[in-house]
Amino acid sequence: MKVLMSGNEAIARGAYEAGVRFAAAYPGTPSTEILEEFSKYDGVYAEWSPNEKVAVEVTIGAALAGEKALAVMKHVGVNVAADPIFTVSYTGTNGALVIVSADDPSLHSSQNEQDNRNYARFAKIPMLEPADAQEAKEYIKLAFEISEKFDTPVFLRSTTRVSHSKAVVTLKEPKKYEDKTGFTYNADKYVMVPVNARTQRVEVEKRQQALKKFAETFSENKMEINNPDVGIITAGMPYNYAKDVFPNYSYLKLGMVYPLPEKLIRDFASKVKKIYVVEELDPFLEEQIKAMGIKVIGKEIFPYNNEFDPGIIKNAIEKNAQGAVSPYKESLSPRPPNLCPGCPHRGLFYALSKHKVYVHGDIGCYTLSYMKPLEGLHSCICMGASIGMAHGMSKALKEKGKGKVVGVIGDSTFLHSGITSLLNMAYNNSDALIIILDNSTTAMTGMQEHPGTGYTLMGKEAKKVNLKVLVSALGIENIKVIDPIDLKATRNAIKEELAKDGPSVIIAQRPCALFKRANIKPKPALKVDPDKCEGCKACLGLNCPPISWKKGVTKEGSKRKGISFIDETLCNGCGLCEQVCKFGAIS
Amino acid sequence: MVDNEVKSILFAGVGGQGILRASDIICMAIMEAGLDVKKSEVHGMAQRGGCVISHVRYGKKVYSPLAESGSIQTLVSFEKMESLRYLKSLRKDAAIIVNTEEIYPPAVNMGDAPYPDDVIAFLKDHYGKVIHFNAAELAQKAGNIKTANVVLLGAISNLMNIDQSIWQSVIKKSFPEKLVKTNLAAFQMGIAA
Repeated sequence: MKVLMSGNEAIARGAYEAGVRFAAAYPGTPSTEILEEFSKYDGVYAEWSPNEKVAVEVTIGAALAGEKALAVMKHVGVNVAADPIFTVSYTGTNGALVIVSADDPSLHSSQNEQDNRNYARFAKIPMLEPADAQEAKEYIKLAFEISEKFDTPVFLRSTTRVSHSKAVVTLKEPKKYEDKTGFTYNADKYVMVPVNARTQRVEVEKRQQALKKFAETFSENKMEINNPDVGIITAGMPYNYAKDVFPNYSYLKLGMVYPLPEKLIRDFASKVKKIYVVEELDPFLEEQIKAMGIKVIGKEIFPYNNEFDPGIIKNAIEKNAQGAVSPYKESLSPRPPNLCPGCPHRGLFYALSKHKVYVHGDIGCYTLSYMKPLEGLHSCICMGASIGMAHGMSKALKEKGKGKVVGVIGDSTFLHSGITSLLNMAYNNSDALIIILDNSTTAMTGMQEHPGTGYTLMGKEAKKVNLKVLVSALGIENIKVIDPIDLKATRNAIKEELAKDGPSVIIAQRPCALFKRANIKPKPALKVDPDKCEGCKACLGLNCPPISWKKGVTKEGSKRKGISFIDETLCNGCGLCEQVCKFGAIS
Repeated sequence: MVDNEVKSILFAGVGGQGILRASDIICMAIMEAGLDVKKSEVHGMAQRGGCVISHVRYGKKVYSPLAESGSIQTLVSFEKMESLRYLKSLRKDAAIIVNTEEIYPPAVNMGDAPYPDDVIAFLKDHYGKVIHFNAAELAQKAGNIKTANVVLLGAISNLMNIDQSIWQSVIKKSFPEKLVKTNLAAFQMGIAA
């Protein structure tokens, strides 16, 4: 049967067809849909773990029990999970273990654009890279076969363009699940104390050699000899871009991007006159091929940053710098993503903006508050970093920083990697204020469950962590729980906690406005009374999507130059603007 | 490559307009018609009011889900000014379908930037085929303002060589039973627009 599928749906389907029934992940764009889709198949176990490191450890455990296990994460998630990944490379996997890394060239929704092919080489783990949804489905199966055959974890690398583009995919009958689980005791192999790890280290090199040999005849390392004047060595989505504009050139398409098939590459090089290496981000293939002594053209003409498209490849090879141009020359007003109407973060950041503080931000919807006019953040590095950074800055500034350093972090992000840093704050005692923005879900990636929501990925009711009790158990004594839509209470709580010695935590609790389970009944839309509005623009400072400015609506006896207007089709009546208006014009 | 001409459609608009659903439906129709098809979009920030685009490419065999800049034959813009944002992607003889509905970006809302007032005239000056109508109003007439995306599908179906019966069956498959009638009506509105 043929269906239209995204790369992510196809990865889930392929794993299921391969007889995989065990998976763990932490959500992150562009990887999130893989586990959401996988969890819908019959007879599977799939979980959202609190972070990627835990997800990998969970799947290692399952693999040691004999399962074929799948761990899924976005590219930066592999950084979080790197510790277990580098050492499971030594122990091997008993059952099977495949780790999906969904990279994000062009940083569509990420804080960096790291090229995770480097992890394959670094951790000595083989890596496959599909070019579209059909290949994604097949490659995940091959990845499990390689894992079983070579007793190694295997990476499957996707990119945003593979994960989120759809193509026609042929479905196959799923393989019947074989229960191979049980206890296998082999402490010399699985206890990585130095003496054992030294032995396994040698095994890793033997495996590397075996995999190199395997790569030479691997079915997905494909040579297409057409026009012998130009050869293109490529992998993943860039293959499709190149084929689109240069259908007649010769190709070596590498389905396995690590380790490389040296003989096959030499063979290809002997068959074509000139070789281009077409790859997004780092010169990963290029440098290895150049180290073989083969002359190729790569990053001297192709960009290092951002994803490619057919035009970028064509223009680089044909040395056509100009490319397509638009006849429209005026600049167009951008549409930056914004916090939604009724978003609980808006109230918090509006209240916070009334205090002169340095705010360390974190990863989530609230990162959007950094933009004008809220300008709510002054730093943001990675998941969980806000707390450690606030603590460090507070310690460094000593008296100067007292009452002036804040960290903000979402509930899912706090549970992902904020707990240990808050423990550190209590232990090493700094004066920073941490605000946990608890909207009861993982909102940015599309409402995924986490240990604070009371439900699992499979939809089962679960133990729900009590954030206040948890924070208290970590040793924080100053804790306040507030509703961030209540501006006055929020402002006062911030003021009081900033004034206190030692660490404080404010838990700002209100469900995400889009969160269906919270069943928030929208209140009637608010209206601006044109007789009362003085045109002070205070409500516009909330940057709420329904509120706009109507120029030229003047009033006798008033200096106003226009009035505010609320689009009632967008407003959900949260009431923030009503609290901000000094003239009682909004109700 | 006459034997494998790949056609490209670009859908553009603002988060929440049903662009991804519309491009899914068109892909299913193309697939049913026996052609290869790929589509590409970027998720993530779209729900938060940002720009949304979706490339749809079809033919005997499609490699890239993204079209080369300057090669797209058809633009379907779900919002008036958004049509101007992607003209670089179009061929000079491209056909453009525009929903004349206006959704103001934040800077326009704040009174800090103008909303372009010459959109349709500009498009007509530069492109041979410009089809424009207010899809939201037509959707309202069909019975539900949210079917504006299907109205636009109706309009683009006029430019494609796909059987009516295929469109009908794909629309039926794409919506819950109770919404099918309104969406079929919206599709007809688009054909007539």
